[in-house]
Amino acid sequence: MDKLEYDIVILGTGLGGMRAALEATKKSGSKLRIALISKIHAMRSHSVAAEGGISGVLYPDKNKDSFELHAYDTIKGSDYLADQDAVEMLVRNAPHEIRLLEHLGVPWNRDKDGEIQFRAFGGMSTPRTAFAADKTGFFMLNSIYDTLLRFDNIDVFHEYYATKMLLDKGVFKGFYVIDLATGNRKLIVARQGIIATGGAARVYEFTTTSYSSTGDGLGLAYREGLPLKDMEFVQFHPTALVPSGILISEAARGEGGYLLNSKNERFMANYAKTKMELAPRDIVSRAIMTEIEEGRGIKDPTSGMDYVLLDLRHLEQKILDEKLPMIREIAIKMLKIDPAYEPLPIRPASHFTMGGIASNKEAGVLYTKKKQVRGLWAAGECGSVSVHGANRLGSNSLSECIIWGRIAGEAAAKSALKTRGLSAVDKWLERAVTDEDMRISKLLDSHGEHNPYQIRKELWRTMEENVHVFRNKQRLTKAKKKLKELTARFSNIYVGDKGNIYNTNLRDVFELENMLNLSAVITECALNRTESRGGHWRTDYPSRDDKRWLKHTLAFKSAKGIRLDYLPVKITKWKPEIRKY
Amino acid sequence: MQNKDKHKLESINIRVERFDPSNKKFYKREYAVSADRFTSVLSALLLIKENLDPTLSLRYSCRMGICGSCAMVINGKPSLACETNLTHEFYKDKTVVVEPLRGFPLLRDLVTDFDDFFNKHKSVKPWLVASDINEQFEPKKEYPQTSYERDVFLPFSECIKCGLCVDACPVTNTNKEFIGPQALGQAYRYIKDSRDVNGKERLDIIDTLEGVWGCDFIGACSVVCPKSVDPALAIQMLKAEISKRVILGKKPVKEEIVDKPGPK
Repeated sequence: MDKLEYDIVILGTGLGGMRAALEATKKSGSKLRIALISKIHAMRSHSVAAEGGISGVLYPDKNKDSFELHAYDTIKGSDYLADQDAVEMLVRNAPHEIRLLEHLGVPWNRDKDGEIQFRAFGGMSTPRTAFAADKTGFFMLNSIYDTLLRFDNIDVFHEYYATKMLLDKGVFKGFYVIDLATGNRKLIVARQGIIATGGAARVYEFTTTSYSSTGDGLGLAYREGLPLKDMEFVQFHPTALVPSGILISEAARGEGGYLLNSKNERFMANYAKTKMELAPRDIVSRAIMTEIEEGRGIKDPTSGMDYVLLDLRHLEQKILDEKLPMIREIAIKMLKIDPAYEPLPIRPASHFTMGGIASNKEAGVLYTKKKQVRGLWAAGECGSVSVHGANRLGSNSLSECIIWGRIAGEAAAKSALKTRGLSAVDKWLERAVTDEDMRISKLLDSHGEHNPYQIRKELWRTMEENVHVFRNKQRLTKAKKKLKELTARFSNIYVGDKGNIYNTNLRDVFELENMLNLSAVITECALNRTESRGGHWRTDYPSRDDKRWLKHTLAFKSAKGIRLDYLPVKITKWKPEIRKY
Repeated sequence: MQNKDKHKLESINIRVERFDPSNKKFYKREYAVSADRFTSVLSALLLIKENLDPTLSLRYSCRMGICGSCAMVINGKPSLACETNLTHEFYKDKTVVVEPLRGFPLLRDLVTDFDDFFNKHKSVKPWLVASDINEQFEPKKEYPQTSYERDVFLPFSECIKCGLCVDACPVTNTNKEFIGPQALGQAYRYIKDSRDVNGKERLDIIDTLEGVWGCDFIGACSVVCPKSVDPALAIQMLKAEISKRVILGKKPVKEEIVDKPGPK
């Protein structure tokens, strides 16, 4: 088997991973050898689908804004579960990153003075979201990808799937990967690893995310016994296009769009009088689901899905053309609806994983509650620092991705420069590799009775029906039972494709294994948290309970199943108060 | 939609031109899928993979036309599968034909090899070079750029690297050395960015027979581009840029352009 050695290996090539690669190469004067691994073509990572923009206070005077206000909005938006010291890092570092991206080529929308334009976003007190039309993530990712091509010390591995994280008693050693194009299995050894594989919103049936957002990095970490933090907090984006789930950016409301129910009422007046359509996402999603459940939705006769309307007809044509061109193009191509003349059918869809691999504000990955893994860092949505707490504000994810990408890249580079020299392949590693090799061969050989795609379909359905915007004990228990059944069936699947070259059937099975584990963790954490906070709403415990639950959940894999523990929330100067908009 | 009841499912045949790399055999398979008025070619192919044939291989990710993964040939036209509505595509016998891109080395079924494509992209130095590298990587202040300056390169920055233009281009299909419409379009994008100072070096790279002078201005690239990038226009503008600098005397005419015949 091939063994490749690097100073730093980065798994995941979205904004977090690529920003980390850029920083690591910069900090080392392009000396360190860096491997950048993606299960798809690197520049096609889900970051390309980020639409609305990136938050940051660039012109405090012009926009009557401050770091203080950005931090307060973020913390209130998080329903006070964010770690406040981390939030302060986010707001202070964001302007630098927006400038850097500008210098790397992002075509930000500009005002008449040639300065970067900002737009309004949900839960933000003032316009503080920089944007490049409604393709901000696409432009950011491609600008960084293109910049990385300058550096010869970075090797990009397109279409390599990692099946195992090599972790020996709290020390990171590398990844076991499969080259999809050939089926060859390889060992990538490095003393420093950065995990930046994004979120797991694909565990739901109706989602805004790419097919690739299956939470592989979280799955790998969990399997090695690393804790996942706050997994009960899943963000449902209010406006996903029916029936595909394609995201219609919050920018559509930021630029003035309305939400209407079947009676043509702007129903947000009943849920968030002041902020209306620009309340935070958890609140708007609950409002839409309430309208639908109370019979004020509209049914799509083809898909059978219920929806409400996003109305952009009153916006100037110029706004659609310059600021929202992609959503217009998508609506016309996919639905034959031009939002300039007809409202769009939308409903909430799973969108973002607020939780993730438990990591600290230095991007270090936790091994136990107190100890850190040696040589492993997390960046972007797959980590949980946590700056989003129980609910993320729109456009804070791109800032988080890019900032903790930088922090992880810098930390890994510093450690790599200190401990140069390659890690020896020891007995433990040899054994781990042999075991993984056998596990994969066995899976590829599976001749069981269950179709993995049928299991996946039932998994999606289960999460959609029972672990959604509104949760309760009965539904969560039902989901837990069903997930157990699906996991049992997974051990008796068949893999129909026995080929080596580009075997996506086998890849789908690995993804499914991760999704089954993560769904069980989300459900267990949701069942355990008997309060309502941010994106986690329990109809049987409909209020926030700071006395018992102002704390982070940690979930560990154990012999007896999922073991839960807790971490305190860091509160600096913003004391929890009632959250009203 | 040809069905009277537009909400009804109907059965459509998908004929997939497949390739099995283990025995190097090409073969056709036909599958019947139920489609409604929203079904895309991509979702139909995934239904086949999930329910009828798990061995079908294809590339896909965002399903919203921005990641550039699912480029293939649908009813003879290079297209993104996620943006192509199945029920609008069928022939009279309700069959839709799906093939891999033909301008790329074939790996398996609908999956082709993009290595050469990515290398050609890289060959034109598609990254922004600012006048001060320290400021570029440790920024203090954003570079000003007017909306007008931005509009000059913006359409060319929309390239999703899907490969459809290269697949459609008759020159790349006959001369593998031709840099191709995608990379040339990206050279133009960076040359035209008011923040970039590396125009001269990029023009040197593409002022060759394998560069802009290889283009026969057929324009197929721009016809198939799903993001309206118009690489054909970019290439002609680059030719103009190069001619301009020749006329202005900043660089002598390259001999090979005068002496050697054009690409076959």
